[in-house]
Amino acid sequence: MFSHLLAEHFVHTALWAGAVAAIVSGAIGVFVVARGMSFAVHAISELGFTGAAGALVIGINPVTGILGGSLLVGLVLGLLSLRGRERDSAIGAVLAFGLGLGVLFLWLYQAPATTATNLLFGSIVGVSDTQLRNLAIVGAIVLLGLTLLYRPLFFSSVDPEIAAARGVPIRALSVAIFLLLALTIAEAIQVVGVLLVLTLVITPAAAAQRLTGRPTLALLLSVAIALVSTEAGILLSLEKSWPTSFFITTISFAFYVAARLVDWNRGRQSRAPAALVTPGSGASAASGGATSA
Amino acid sequence: MSVVAVDNLALRFGDRTLFEGLDFELERGELLAVLGPNGTGKTSLIQILLGLLQPSEGSVVIEGCPPQERCHRIGYVPQQRVFDRDVVLRGRDLVRLGLDGHRWGFGRFRSEDRARVDASLAEVGATAYADAPIGRLSGGEQQRLRVAQALVADPVLILADEPLLSLDLAHQRGVVDLLDARRERSGTPVVFVTHDVNPVLHTVDRVLYLAPDGWAIGAPDEVLTSETLSRLYDTDVDVLRVRGRVVVVGTPDDQHVHHVENGH
Repeated sequence: MFSHLLAEHFVHTALWAGAVAAIVSGAIGVFVVARGMSFAVHAISELGFTGAAGALVIGINPVTGILGGSLLVGLVLGLLSLRGRERDSAIGAVLAFGLGLGVLFLWLYQAPATTATNLLFGSIVGVSDTQLRNLAIVGAIVLLGLTLLYRPLFFSSVDPEIAAARGVPIRALSVAIFLLLALTIAEAIQVVGVLLVLTLVITPAAAAQRLTGRPTLALLLSVAIALVSTEAGILLSLEKSWPTSFFITTISFAFYVAARLVDWNRGRQSRAPAALVTPGSGASAASGGATSA
Repeated sequence: MSVVAVDNLALRFGDRTLFEGLDFELERGELLAVLGPNGTGKTSLIQILLGLLQPSEGSVVIEGCPPQERCHRIGYVPQQRVFDRDVVLRGRDLVRLGLDGHRWGFGRFRSEDRARVDASLAEVGATAYADAPIGRLSGGEQQRLRVAQALVADPVLILADEPLLSLDLAHQRGVVDLLDARRERSGTPVVFVTHDVNPVLHTVDRVLYLAPDGWAIGAPDEVLTSETLSRLYDTDVDVLRVRGRVVVVGTPDDQHVHHVENGH
């Protein structure tokens, strides 16, 4: 059903752009979820919007503005390295102010309504060859960063106290993950738009963590879910001409719901037979009840 | 040569002095229990030994090297803090982080690393649940994995900061026995911070008692006496021996010091 579309150059560009954004989003997502940074993702994304609107006012490329806005906020949040409730409220305050500024910029620019809509909800089919090349370069930087930092980043995400005791530079890693996240978000904005970045950065990783307790498998699953959601979403939107972001968010949410159901069902099955366990297998059932894929 | 040499150590926050003039050495195979009420710097002392906190005065040398230079592996067992149910981490992964989690890069698969992790898991008896998500294990099982994580890198020193807190008696004994066995076999000295000396009393060589008005170090029978503790607290304190257990009565906060567990 998609064969006639696959011949089009703009479709290729869109699919490649979507793939790049999905891979980096799915990969960084597992760290973001482990560190409880969902709200920060949203804030950085909204400030990407402010950056884009600001760029339009002064007449430069909005993608540069997105990068500038999200990197600035990422750097500030990373340096503050706040925790818990303080981080939550600080992010809320910054987010609201940034959006207000974005509204002013759009008004100053006298932007047509579609500009704002495209920024907020995405416009994947409008990606140019140059934009795709830039997406690929930024994506490669993020993946390289995540690869180099993988072990200490993972250590400090799941077990910060011991990581610090072992000399892992917690604060520097916090800045690094925020900067890599800002780059990732700048990528995802160009595919799904400012308001829907969470669908690529959070939802796939959240689904993956329901499915497995193995860190590397969770990483691969998260990337796979982000990738399938994005590519299928783009193809469906071309076929049906509904908004791309709708399809991407719906598919990735379907993965999330399915993962929760699988997890719930597994929990039910492992609890139910506990009463029926024969004495000989008691030892393995006691611990095996929690074993996952 | 001693493994740890603490020389004239002082720690102050503003004009509040937690301890000063602290001097002691730790030999191979020694288990030192650090006791005392809250707020006297027990955890801060661990932080200094880990190189995470600068003392106000004095020095610490671990096998000839200041802790912040990290010349040597130190095994650290923290207070039991339950992992999030959803955290994507198995016991095996936690132990592995203790081996090479601080190194850059993704890490290659090496069968000798896997063998070390397996040996460590077996040492603490955690093999059966090593592949289960850690958030779904009991507190006692998680704490055994913590011990394996601390031991896997073959540390020159083990620091344990209230590792028994919120564990039931069976698991308390399990954790103490694991650290004690390691010390017996490899001679790795242990610094064991605890508010209750009784679970470790049978293995303790020396006690460091940090109190608001000073500190004392020595064999349990020298330090845990009415005279010494009365001097340290500057008030009348009674130390009783009841069925092989030490009970301290009369400290300003004796709820927190060597309390007697229910039913034992």
